[in-house]
Amino acid sequence: MQANLVINVIILMALIGAGLWAIMTRSLIRSAIALALTSSVLTMVMFRFNSWLAAVFELSVCAGLISVVFISTISLTEPLSPQEVLKHMRDRLARFAFLPILILVVGFALSLLKVSYNLPLPPAALEQDARNVLWYGRELDLLGQVIILISGVFGVIILFRQMRRRS
Amino acid sequence: MNGTHLYLLWPLAIVVIMLLVEGLYCIFMTYNLIRLLIGVELLIKAATLMLVTAGYVTGQMALAQALVVTLIVIEVVFIVVATGVVIGFHRHTGSLDVRDTRNLKG
Repeated sequence: MQANLVINVIILMALIGAGLWAIMTRSLIRSAIALALTSSVLTMVMFRFNSWLAAVFELSVCAGLISVVFISTISLTEPLSPQEVLKHMRDRLARFAFLPILILVVGFALSLLKVSYNLPLPPAALEQDARNVLWYGRELDLLGQVIILISGVFGVIILFRQMRRRS
Repeated sequence: MNGTHLYLLWPLAIVVIMLLVEGLYCIFMTYNLIRLLIGVELLIKAATLMLVTAGYVTGQMALAQALVVTLIVIEVVFIVVATGVVIGFHRHTGSLDVRDTRNLKG
């Protein structure tokens, strides 16, 4: 029990730390890598909470595909000039220096709150397979996913077609 | 299972709130469009963690996983389309600065 608690605390702190790194680091590539790390740590949390299907999706799609999309986008942009880099560094330091302190204060203040909840919890569901729930219980969700995917594909096609025409 | 993990709810809710603060701070303070998307991603991570926590605490893991999968699909489509818009904006203006969007006609 004690070891489990320690592991959970370490993983959750790593999650917050990876998120902070994604925001604080100056380099956009490092930011994208830190975001992939955040997704990987969230995957660990999901595995520990027995959400294996969601964990696999999170790892493959969020840590993999989205990182590739971000890195490709960054590679398509132009680098800053040395003068812009200097100005950018000073600006960023002034704007983001308070974030770690803010996060610590928020975490500490919330942990001091004595929250007592008497939640009317629903009866626990019988152990079900997530795939069955998704396929037989959430058909509209699946339909929505297909529609969103098709809309996304068409959106990207139209965007890039317009860009090609302009160039 | 039901209610036995209720003690985990508040500690995990604190982590969710901290992630939300990180994401919102990034969105409000950054001038870079790509970093703004990274802030939105952090908000989505917080929502995902909250869904998983709620599923674990209430004993409805299968339903929570189904919702997380849906959320991930929406997240991917959003990010892909948004990065396409960012690339288009960069090609058009040569900048990734949020403040330059004020000069657009639309």
